[in-house]
Amino acid sequence: MKIGVFICHCGENIGRTVDCPRVAKACEWLPGVDVSLDYKYMCSDPGQNMIKDEIRKRKLDAIVVGSCSPHMHEKTFRKAAVDAGINPFLVEIANLREHCSWVHDDIDSSTDKAIDLVRMAVEKVKRNVPLTTIEVPVTKRTLVIGGGIAGIQAALDVANAGYEVVLVEKEPSIGGHMSQLSETFPTLDCSQCILTPRMVEVYQHPRIKLMTYSEVEKVEGFIGNFTVTIRKKARHIDEDKCTGCGLCITKCPTKKKAFNSFEEDLAYRPAVYVPFPQAVPNIPVIDETICMYYKNGKCGMCVKVCGREAIDFHQQDKIVTEEIGAIIVATGYKLYKIDKKPDDSPIKGYGEYGYGKYKDVVDGLQFERIASASGPTSGEFKRPSDGKEPKKVVFIQCVGSRDESKGFSYCSKICCMYTAKHAMLYKHKVHDGEAYVFYMDIRSGGKMYDEFVRRAIEEDGVKYIRGRVSRIYEKDGKYIVRGEDTIAGMPVEIDADMVVLATAMIAQQDASELAQTIGIPYDKYGFYNEAHPKLRPIESTTGGVFLAGACQSPKDIPESVAMASAAAAKALVLFGSDKLEREPVVAYVNESLCAGCFYCKKVCPYGAVEVKEVKDRNGVVYKEVAYVNTGLCQGCGTCTATCPSKSVELAGFNNEEIFAQIAAL
Amino acid sequence: MKEQNWEPKIIAFVCNWCTYTGADLAGTSRLKYPTNVKLIRVMCSGGIDPVFILKAFERGADGILVSGCHPNDCHYNAGNFHARRRWTFFHELLDYLGIDKNRLQFSWVSASEGKKFVDVVSKVVNDVKAMGPFKGYEELNNEFMTEFPDVSGVDESMILKEKEGEAV
Repeated sequence: MKIGVFICHCGENIGRTVDCPRVAKACEWLPGVDVSLDYKYMCSDPGQNMIKDEIRKRKLDAIVVGSCSPHMHEKTFRKAAVDAGINPFLVEIANLREHCSWVHDDIDSSTDKAIDLVRMAVEKVKRNVPLTTIEVPVTKRTLVIGGGIAGIQAALDVANAGYEVVLVEKEPSIGGHMSQLSETFPTLDCSQCILTPRMVEVYQHPRIKLMTYSEVEKVEGFIGNFTVTIRKKARHIDEDKCTGCGLCITKCPTKKKAFNSFEEDLAYRPAVYVPFPQAVPNIPVIDETICMYYKNGKCGMCVKVCGREAIDFHQQDKIVTEEIGAIIVATGYKLYKIDKKPDDSPIKGYGEYGYGKYKDVVDGLQFERIASASGPTSGEFKRPSDGKEPKKVVFIQCVGSRDESKGFSYCSKICCMYTAKHAMLYKHKVHDGEAYVFYMDIRSGGKMYDEFVRRAIEEDGVKYIRGRVSRIYEKDGKYIVRGEDTIAGMPVEIDADMVVLATAMIAQQDASELAQTIGIPYDKYGFYNEAHPKLRPIESTTGGVFLAGACQSPKDIPESVAMASAAAAKALVLFGSDKLEREPVVAYVNESLCAGCFYCKKVCPYGAVEVKEVKDRNGVVYKEVAYVNTGLCQGCGTCTATCPSKSVELAGFNNEEIFAQIAAL
Repeated sequence: MKEQNWEPKIIAFVCNWCTYTGADLAGTSRLKYPTNVKLIRVMCSGGIDPVFILKAFERGADGILVSGCHPNDCHYNAGNFHARRRWTFFHELLDYLGIDKNRLQFSWVSASEGKKFVDVVSKVVNDVKAMGPFKGYEELNNEFMTEFPDVSGVDESMILKEKEGEAV
């Protein structure tokens, strides 16, 4: 094997503390080295041409470049090598700048170290194996999980770019939390008015396959090549036949038997229902748990009234598989219900606020429904207990947020804004009412956001009290809110008619399960992790899986929409080429050595190790060995260190190469 | 005389994403550390085999540093957890074999911790300097030779040469 060594001075950057000619001269005598040269700027055009010429002239098999960090110019030199006709993986970089000249002062010892570093690289490159970039095909279809505003936006963007989308929503209708909101800050736009046209657009889009009341069961495969199994839960209503007339809903006799979760349990719904009148698709669902038919086999009122014969009590869940190239996860958030705490939960909750005990202590989303024109009170402010108009409303911020002792240490980000909005909406309708807000800090970063909060205080006369509330209790039909005004430095007591808690935004209940299904990491709160907090906030660490909206961290609507569009753009980048190229740094298995213990399978963070059957010439399986799916493998090499028989190796970093480096010292 | 001029050989096994980049940052920040340490880059600390370390000791390393991303920051999600578990056991094993645990040190150094990298490297070099050269393998070889002087595959002359070299 003929190896060329090229030592770069990097101007004075390396040359000042490393005697480059001496390094080049010392390396000439290394076994296998055919030529060893030094040059002022190896990465410059003349430098690269020098490398290319030497490769061609001397028919070199491999090269070692002593220069800056491989993170800097490895690609440059690999490209030069390819141009001159050698495999890019027969190029090794000895890091003489960041790891030698810049961190040492003494010329003698740093030159010695530089020679050692080059020698290590030479020994490694001798053992390097030519590798070829892996090409995998791309299925140009996107799966969007979650039909809230983020999912809707992502689906529309991808579909409008000309690619097919499968949108999966677990509820009977898309729309998500945004459809529950009354008005949105800071413009006080009606939430439904701006959302429902988008929902309809999704429903009618020729390239969007909408699957509501469905859940993702299994995700197999890898970037560009996922196979997704989706469970389409039984609606008990034939989607093709139903026209959405709603006659079954009005005639259903099992009224007031179940809380309406869309109305945040402030109203009831019958057994056959649509979550809200503007639902998309406007096809009802029969709730098996309360329907009379499933209890005693009688009733069947809906069957009688349905002119289209769309009711099907015996409908079963359907399992659908889809071939997908990119996945956008937009599963959103839920509100922290402070009363319902499982026994094993480390979160304590706020028993002293009486949520769940007092009907008039409500959370943010419940207040949205009360304020909404389509809500249970038709937009009139009536308290849930007796339907009277509350004259004094206390809003408490940071319930569960920024409070490690009782909730979560993070800031839920939107509560400052929506509390200001709530107080404003209330003051707009109840002119003689009083609104008090207990706050810790006002965090209103965003375009027109701080102005909005100021408007609530200055124009609408909402009274802001800086401090925490210690207790809420009932006395003579009033709720006594006892807190502290930390600016005045005195305790406060307010006899409120109604209390609204701005509870924390938390991850969906099944967020961690879905993360495990897809194979993406999540943080200790259940929010999904981005690949890099600054530079890759949209991608998950798993290739081809992108994040959008509040499933990643608490977010408001414009941020969720922006993130969704970004995720769509990321998916489209993936679809920009027919084949996907990737570095061939992946693990491979020596099947004759593999004993089939599958420890590698246990430690692989990507589930890239599969079981492969080895058959003899008669087709009889005589052993099982590990097999690495190169599409899934990201090349960490954890399996190689785990393998007891050393039969799995990482291409580009195999044991022989590393031992050679060790031995060179 | 020889003891005074002795400089330890330190090998650092570092992951590509955090510590190698952290070492790059130490360079770009022009922080200084001793020349004794040489880095071997692997993709993930999870891929560092204990055999690498034994081999390095066998080949005359006096101290070894293993470093990767901080727990929960692994580029590959979980590689460093496997590494941590593996090294906890391996460290104890070294102790059992009578090798000073300080010869093998672990640290989490992220890509933004150039200063920490310098501190860690300097500490390892100082610790190893205080301990002196690692003779464990040499002694083992000598012991082996006196017990089984005619074992095939072990070239006795090589060992003698090494001894001579040491005496010079």
